[in-house]
Amino acid sequence: MGWGRPLLALLIAGLLLPLVPLLAWAVSGQWRYPGLVPQRLSGRGVRILTDPRSHVLSGVFTSTLISVSVAALACAIGLPAGRAIGVYRFRGRRLVQFLLLAPVIVPGLAVTLGIQVFFIHYGLAASTLGVVLVQLLPTVPYAATVLGAAFANLDLDYERQARALGSGPVRTLVFVTIPLLRPALILAGLFCFLISWNEYVLTLLVGAGQVQTLPLLLFAAIGSSDTTAAAALGVLVVLPPLLLIGLAGRLLAGRSGAAIGLGRL
Amino acid sequence: MRASAASVELAGISKRFGDTVAVADLSLRLPAGSFTALLGPSGCGKSTTLAMLAGLLAPEAGDIALGGASLLGVAAERRPVSLVFQKPLLFPHLSVAQNVGFGLRMRGLTRRDIAPRVQAMLERVQLVGLGARRVGELSGGQEQRVALARALVLAPRLLLLDEPFSQLDPELRAEMRALVRALHDEATTTTLFVTHDRAEAVEVADDIVLMLDGRLAGHGRPELFYCAPPTLEAARFFGVTNEIVGSVCSGCFRDRSGLAVRCNLADGPAVLVVRPEALRISGTESPDSLPGRVTAARFAGTHLALEVATASGALGVHVPVDSPVQIGGHLHVRVPAEASTAFMTKQPS
Repeated sequence: MGWGRPLLALLIAGLLLPLVPLLAWAVSGQWRYPGLVPQRLSGRGVRILTDPRSHVLSGVFTSTLISVSVAALACAIGLPAGRAIGVYRFRGRRLVQFLLLAPVIVPGLAVTLGIQVFFIHYGLAASTLGVVLVQLLPTVPYAATVLGAAFANLDLDYERQARALGSGPVRTLVFVTIPLLRPALILAGLFCFLISWNEYVLTLLVGAGQVQTLPLLLFAAIGSSDTTAAAALGVLVVLPPLLLIGLAGRLLAGRSGAAIGLGRL
Repeated sequence: MRASAASVELAGISKRFGDTVAVADLSLRLPAGSFTALLGPSGCGKSTTLAMLAGLLAPEAGDIALGGASLLGVAAERRPVSLVFQKPLLFPHLSVAQNVGFGLRMRGLTRRDIAPRVQAMLERVQLVGLGARRVGELSGGQEQRVALARALVLAPRLLLLDEPFSQLDPELRAEMRALVRALHDEATTTTLFVTHDRAEAVEVADDIVLMLDGRLAGHGRPELFYCAPPTLEAARFFGVTNEIVGSVCSGCFRDRSGLAVRCNLADGPAVLVVRPEALRISGTESPDSLPGRVTAARFAGTHLALEVATASGALGVHVPVDSPVQIGGHLHVRVPAEASTAFMTKQPS
C-alpha cells in the first residue's frame, strides 16, 4: 500500500516523457546545442504534415484503411480459431495452438520472404490488399489467442439457451456470442490494430514502396535527417494508438473486461 | 394466437456418450397439458432426455413426437419448446425486458408487438417495474423468474425445466414451485420438470416419471410410488426401508418365519417391500404378522420410530406417539397386504 500511486506515476512518466522532446522537435524552428529548449518555434512541422506533396494525408488514409481492415479480418479469423482452441478438446489441439502462434515465434521477415513469391505470382504485391493479407500473419495469432482465452471462459450454455429460445446459429453468434465476447473482441481488435499500425518490414516488402503507410513515411523522413519533419510525423504516428487505448479503456471499464486490467489504466 | 399444449411421445430413444449409456430405450407418453416431474438421481439421464426434447442433442435411436408430429430433424430453434436451465443464463448485455423479449425478437416480431407481451409476462412473474434493470442487479430468485418469463412468453407447446430452482434456498424454492405450478395452470402448455428431489417432484407435479440409470423406472401419479411402487428400485428411491426376503407360492408371499401376505405375483423367490408407516403393531399373532422385539424407539414429532428385530431382519415401524411400547418389549408386526408390494428376485445362486 502507498507504493501503488508513485509507481504508477513513474510508469506513466516513463511512457510519456520520451514524447516531450518529440513534441518539442515537431514545433521547433531552430534547436542548437546547448539550448535546453528550442531557440525558435515554427509551424513548419505542422505544414509538412498537411502538405499534399509530403503524402502524409494519404498516408494517414492508407494506414487507417489497412489497420482497420487487418484488425477486423484478424478478429473474424480469430473468432472460429479461438473457439477451436478454447472450447474443443481434440487430438492435435496443442499442435494447432502452436501453428497459430508460429508466425509470432518465427521472424515475420523469414516467412514473408518465403511467401512473397506467391504474392507476386497472384498480383498481390505492391497492392493494399496484399499488405492487408500479409499483415494478418503477425496479427491472427494474437487475435486467436486472446479470443481462445475468452472462449475458454465462456459458458456455452448461453448459446444452448439462445437456441432453445428460437435463435438459429447465425443469430446466436450475432446476438449472444459476440456481445458476450465484446471485451475480448475490443482487446483483440486493439492489439491487431496496433501491430498493423506500426508494421514496417512486411509493408515495405509486399507493398514494394507503392503502399505508403505512416511508418514508411516516418522512416523516409528519419533517413532524410529532417528532424522537424520526422518528429512531426512521429507525433502523428503515436497519437492514434494512445487515443485508441484510452477509448478502449473507457469501453472496457466497469465491465468484465476490467479484469484484463486495461480498463483500469 | 396462442399455440396449444401438445402431447409428448418418446418411442425407444437412446443416447450414448462414448461408452456410457445416458438414456437406454426410453419410451414415454405425456398427455397434452400435463405437469410431469422427471425424477432421478444425478447422472440418471434426465437432463440428456430434456436436451433431446429441446433439440440440443439428437437421439441415436427412437423417435420424439410432439402433438403427433415427429421432432427429429427439426432444429432446436424451430421447435415449439422452451427450456429453462438450472442456471438463469440471462444475457448480461441485455436488460430484463430485452431478455424476456429475446425469443420474440428472434421470431422477427417488431418492437411494438414485443413490448406489451413482455410487460404482461413480467406481471405474471411478479417483476413489474424491473424491465429496465440490468440483469446483474437481480437476486437469484428474480433471475430465475426472468428466465421463466423468457421461456413462457413464447407460449411454448412444451415447457422444459431442468432443475430450475436447485440453486435457490429452500423457502424461495417452495415459492418458485408454486409460481411455476400457477403459470402452468393458467397457460396452455405441457410441462416437464426435471428434479432429483423427490419431495419437490411429489409437491409440484401431477405425474412422476422416475428414471434410474438411463431407464424408465416408473411413471404414474405420486401416490403410486408410495403405495404401489412399480419396481423395487422405485420403491427404494422413494424411501422404502423395509425389505422382507421370501418367496411367492400360489398368490401368497411367505418369509422363513411363517409370515403370509396375499399378493398377485408368479411363484418364485421374491422380496416384499413395505413403508414403515404402513406397518401395524399388535399384541396378538395373526398369519400376516411377524413376532419381534423392540430394540429402539425414537420420538420423531408426529410419530414414534421403532426398530423391531424379527426373524426376517430389523424392521422400521412408525406408530402413533401414544402407543404403549417399551424397548425390549415383545410384539407382533402386522404387514397389511394392501400396503405392501412384492417383487420377484433372481434365483439365488
